[in-house]
Amino acid sequence: MHTLTLSELAKKLRAKEFSVTELTKSLLARIEASQPSLNSFITVTAESALAQAKAAEATLASGNAGPLTGLPLAHKDIFCTKGVKTSCGSKMLDNFVSPYDATVVEKLGAAGMVTLGKTNMDEFAMGSSNETSYYGPVKNPWDLGLVPGGSSGGSAAAVAARIAPIATATDTGGSIRQPASLCGVTGIKPTYGRVSRYGMIAFASSLDQGGVISQSAEDAAMVLGAMSGFDTRDSTSVDTPVPNYVESLNAPLTGLRIGLIKEFFEKGLDASVEKLIREALKVYEKLGAKLIEVKLPALPLSVPTYYVVAPAECSSNLARFDGVRYGYRAKDPKDLMDLYKRSRGEGFGAEVKRRIMTGTYVLSAGYYDAYYLKAQRVRQLINQDFKRAFQEVDVLMGPTAPDVAFGIGAKASDPIQMYLNDIYTIGANLAGVPAMSIPCGFVRDLPVGLQIAGPHFAEAKLLNVAHAYQKETDWHRQIPAAFKKEVL
Amino acid sequence: MSTPNGWEIVIGLEIHAQLSTKSKIFSGSPTAYGSAPNSQANLVDLAYPGVLPVLNGEAVRMAVKFGLAVDATIATRSVFARKNYFYPDLPKGYQISQYELPVVAKGHMDIVLDDGTKKRIGITRAHLEEDAGKSLHEGLPKQSGIDLNRAGTPLIEIVSEPDMRSAKEAVAYLKKVHTLVRYLEICDGNMQEGSFRCDANVSVRKAGAEKLGTRAEIKNINSFRYVEKAIHYEVARQIDVIESGGKVVQETRLYDPDKGETRSMRSKEEANDYRYFPDPDLLPVEIDAAYIASVKATLPELPDQKAARFAAQFGLSEYDAGVLTSSKELAAYFEEVAKLLAGGKEPSREQAKLAANWVAGSLAAALNEHNLEITGSRIGAAGLAGLLGRIADNTISGKIAKDVFEAMWAEGKDADAIIESKGLRQITDTGAIEKAIDEVMAKNPGQLADYRSGKDKLFGFFVGQVMKATGGKANPAQLNDLLKKKLAG
Repeated sequence: MHTLTLSELAKKLRAKEFSVTELTKSLLARIEASQPSLNSFITVTAESALAQAKAAEATLASGNAGPLTGLPLAHKDIFCTKGVKTSCGSKMLDNFVSPYDATVVEKLGAAGMVTLGKTNMDEFAMGSSNETSYYGPVKNPWDLGLVPGGSSGGSAAAVAARIAPIATATDTGGSIRQPASLCGVTGIKPTYGRVSRYGMIAFASSLDQGGVISQSAEDAAMVLGAMSGFDTRDSTSVDTPVPNYVESLNAPLTGLRIGLIKEFFEKGLDASVEKLIREALKVYEKLGAKLIEVKLPALPLSVPTYYVVAPAECSSNLARFDGVRYGYRAKDPKDLMDLYKRSRGEGFGAEVKRRIMTGTYVLSAGYYDAYYLKAQRVRQLINQDFKRAFQEVDVLMGPTAPDVAFGIGAKASDPIQMYLNDIYTIGANLAGVPAMSIPCGFVRDLPVGLQIAGPHFAEAKLLNVAHAYQKETDWHRQIPAAFKKEVL
Repeated sequence: MSTPNGWEIVIGLEIHAQLSTKSKIFSGSPTAYGSAPNSQANLVDLAYPGVLPVLNGEAVRMAVKFGLAVDATIATRSVFARKNYFYPDLPKGYQISQYELPVVAKGHMDIVLDDGTKKRIGITRAHLEEDAGKSLHEGLPKQSGIDLNRAGTPLIEIVSEPDMRSAKEAVAYLKKVHTLVRYLEICDGNMQEGSFRCDANVSVRKAGAEKLGTRAEIKNINSFRYVEKAIHYEVARQIDVIESGGKVVQETRLYDPDKGETRSMRSKEEANDYRYFPDPDLLPVEIDAAYIASVKATLPELPDQKAARFAAQFGLSEYDAGVLTSSKELAAYFEEVAKLLAGGKEPSREQAKLAANWVAGSLAAALNEHNLEITGSRIGAAGLAGLLGRIADNTISGKIAKDVFEAMWAEGKDADAIIESKGLRQITDTGAIEKAIDEVMAKNPGQLADYRSGKDKLFGFFVGQVMKATGGKANPAQLNDLLKKKLAG
């Protein structure tokens, strides 16, 4: 059953080929068996998963089931889950049991999905390799010596290893798409405001967006629809109707205008990765699409812009972790200052501290105009670049990451090299546009992702374009050798 | 106004008024005062991971109401910003406030000076923000408690221009703002509970100097009296520093009401760098003309408008009109008394003046003595109107009325009952008054002879004697006439 996509599982559950409990048990066993090598979960909620499975079976039997009833999933450990540890990959929240459900968790739970557990991630979603997690790095299922990407590395690895059919994830600068690319799975970051951020622990509020990592665009379409929508508890969520993403999956691509971002193909891109991207574009040409080169001149500024805006917001968002009300608290504080300093000093990891300090600096009196304000202006320019491009083309395509997965520890000591991993993904966050990554082949036996971006609220179009490719190719159906067996 | 030795005082106030919304500015928790610690703080107020603020539209409406009442510009687009600092009563590690783009800008308020002239005090801005919680130290040895019930209560911070030149002006301005927010029903004005408090920016400069002196900010003063005292102390301190060759340093100071002095809290160098930036969790507040018009339509008659009407309609002095409009309830009470006195019709100027004299006089004094608001008055509008009616119809004199008023206040009975039970009805029977005069004349032959030989001053003596004999009840005008005739012989 583990090789089946979500849509296939849905059909077989209804055909009673196996029960929700059987499916859940099988996946829980795979999670348990993979944990020592893969480390993709922080918490496994076996007991509640089996209870949810039973409830889903009753719903299915009653005939009141929805399209997602009984389908298992994993949540990135950044989403608050009531009664379950929600750590955000940090020592700071290692003892934090959330008293409430995030809107995403609530919605998917209400849709009848079964939660298998919480996936590992970079601490507070800050990282591109999953090495900053307090719970140890997640391994890439294609090569256990390599990183899975980050920050949603646990979700990507779990789906790639087929130990969870689908997982929620979040993307602030590429945290869904980059690990999806490095793990050979499908990931979609919707438009900013499409999915409620309520209960999603904030890293950089103006960039954070929840989404999914799945085996296919079709699976993503099924779940994205259920998790999207306006939420009165999130003022930045947008009150726009959610289309039926599944219905539009098979629209023809004839006349589709695909923009190739000139700046993305100029330098820093691995030649063999570029070759695969060009091959994928040929598939689209065959499907009736036209390729048009577009220029987004401000886009190369996206990495420095991002590393001003994101740390600035993070420095403020993470101020609430002070050892006073919840989370890690230093032992025997001498006074208030000592409580603050040691709780934060001991509770946060190095990368989180680096970003808090960077953010504090760029917001300081005398530096605000030079950094934060200027970054916001560049952000406007990048936004305009995307707007202009989408007047000429329907979607933009290019690589998701400059290279395939790298070795654990290879870039850990060089933050700049690490940050450059997100060079192709950050633009979409700064502009708030939706973007996804789909597998398009292998280089040195490692997966490569094709990135597809669209204008605001064009999720249906992106999923349609991705699905058309996945009907022509089977890259997304490849399973890492070590995880092919049903019983691990 | 300059101090005698040639110094000019410059004062600006930052007033914090808690808005009387039912729920907090960014969460659904109730705002009621005095509940058990932390019983009114939900996950948003406690800044749990993942929670988000959602703006309470009622707070915006109240801020706009204030802006319109001080003739200010209402921003079509205002932005919430984060003010970042660490403190245990600030759960998020930042306060959501407004910084560069406040909802209200450039208004003004007129105060009346001692010489009766009007002075305009500029209002630089008024912005919305959330209040912090409270640290509790009592009963917790070696520990501090935190009560987050107040965290997230909406505040409007009203920032004045440095337009005030004395402590008196500052208090007059503060009182006017206090009156206004209660008229608008956007703040209960309770200073003991901290619903209305202010910071005073105080500096001094040589009279005629153009440049402002270095200022000290006195934080969190919560009574009119303390504002006056704190400013007096601070002005004297600053002048003393300069005159003894020193320099005033820019700093934040605290007023200690027990010692009657201000003391340094932190200097400019020690001040926090608040790292303000627009809050990415909240959208800009956009306000259009239709919204402003709809709020405008809900504005009540404002204190100054009411005072002007009282002056014009009833011929009241500016002073009386000012006193009577110092609260909406007092003004309503006065109007009610005047109307009842006129039998439910439009009161005449005489009737209004009689009501004004009593409401602003004896009643205000009694309320003041018992530390009561008009709403807690032991004599209702109907009761006072009843008393004034007996003055108007000559049943009692104004002097006797004062005694009746006191009895009414003490016993809670109406005027007629007291007049009857104490036999205070005025004597208007000519025969009875003449009889009393005859008796007094008979008893005082010497004085009578002196009067008749030209000592006119003794007339007062006879009035007093007759009044004494009648228990003060003789109608004064009648007594005058009759006594003059009788004494003339």
